[in-house]
Amino acid sequence: MERDDLIVNDQYSLDAHHSEEAGVKIRKKVVFVTLLLTAITVIEVFMGVLIKRADTAMWEATKWTFIVLTLVKAGYIVMSFMHLGDERKNFRNVILIPYAIFILYLIFIGLTEGIATLDARDFSEPLEQVAE
Amino acid sequence: MAGEAGKEISKEELWGGGRSPSSVSYGKMMMWYFLVSDALTFGGLLIAYGVSRHEVIFPWPVGEQVFEGMPFLGGGYPLLYVALMTFILIISSVTMVLAVEAGHRNSKSGVIKWLGYTVVGGFFFLGSQAWEWSHFIHGSGGAFQIEEGLTVNATLGTPEKPGESIQMTLDQGSMVYFTSDFGHELEHAMEASHAEEDAHSHDAHAHDAHGAAETEEAHHVNAADLKPETLILNKYLPGKAFVTGSELDKIWHEKGEGTVRFGANLSTNEYGPQQYADFFFFVTGFHGFHVFSGVLINLIVFIMVVKGVFARRGHYEMVEKIGLYWHFVDLVWVFVFTFFYLV
Repeated sequence: MERDDLIVNDQYSLDAHHSEEAGVKIRKKVVFVTLLLTAITVIEVFMGVLIKRADTAMWEATKWTFIVLTLVKAGYIVMSFMHLGDERKNFRNVILIPYAIFILYLIFIGLTEGIATLDARDFSEPLEQVAE
Repeated sequence: MAGEAGKEISKEELWGGGRSPSSVSYGKMMMWYFLVSDALTFGGLLIAYGVSRHEVIFPWPVGEQVFEGMPFLGGGYPLLYVALMTFILIISSVTMVLAVEAGHRNSKSGVIKWLGYTVVGGFFFLGSQAWEWSHFIHGSGGAFQIEEGLTVNATLGTPEKPGESIQMTLDQGSMVYFTSDFGHELEHAMEASHAEEDAHSHDAHAHDAHGAAETEEAHHVNAADLKPETLILNKYLPGKAFVTGSELDKIWHEKGEGTVRFGANLSTNEYGPQQYADFFFFVTGFHGFHVFSGVLINLIVFIMVVKGVFARRGHYEMVEKIGLYWHFVDLVWVFVFTFFYLV
């Protein structure tokens, strides 16, 4: 049976091998990323438990900190664990740029629609819970 | 990582045809494209969650208050269990990276070891999620929603250890909680009276059956007669605020008929707005389904590795491809964790 991943592209797959010494270095990096991801998760949980949810600048800052820390985590997972950082630049861009464009567009739509719905609501009427 | 992708190749040769300009194999590239589209699905779900959350004016449940249970330990451990689940998934992601690394050294035993751990980690995560769902569905002792905003004199602390009294404003649509003992009593009484209503409507014309139902009625406590002794204004912050006596009556009378809720499912939610429960089940369920299929795929490839399929092929790229999928599952969880539990 012909397999296209073997026939056409075997060169790339076979070429992905590395030596024992290179393996030691890669594993060191894996341990570093693991510790970093764990540390960030622990920090997030502590912040979530300790900082009170309220209409304060403190909580606003906390929320943005969560989002930034999440993006840092995501970056390490994608670039290091998924090896996207090791791929050729054109491939990296093919994956990241379309995703970024679409998701920013989605966020834009979400925000616009969410604000519009909120503005359109008549608060003088008694409130009904949505979708019940 | 060594390999084609790291080599300096001239632009003319890269784009000159007869090769992949990105130096990736077809299978790996397609796995990436699939993951991009799947990531858009999850992005859409989380953004929809955000939009719903802002459309609902009633108080939205607070992650660290809803998710504070631990198996065998009970409540009072905010977010710890979710953090544990996150940690399990991160660790199984790490073992997957190590499996891929072992594959690049053509070490069959290494791949077997690390991929095996990954499969075990996946099962652990699935089990944790099953526990969390069960906990979420059962809820605490039940609650009801107040229809109008209300200012009451509450007492800080617990009924056993009352502290100072404060004035507390409850927003419209806030949930007020029963003590779990009373909640369970009420739930049973309500179930019993529902069952009786059914029995009565079925046997409306059968007089002998009516007599039997009447004797049984004597054993039941009528749900309408039950009055709570304590109402907890913020169940998920143990010992924060509660009311008794006349203040309790004030809140209890504000309660509309049929707003008492026990636990959470797709038609009721004691934690707050219904959308919260719906999104919880859909988003974590969809993610759990990905984990489940990921574990299955990992298991299949694990068996292939053991049978020596990739040793014969000369490379372990299949482990790399399923590894991408597995890391993606971890990646999605990182976002679900932030936007569902933290923010």
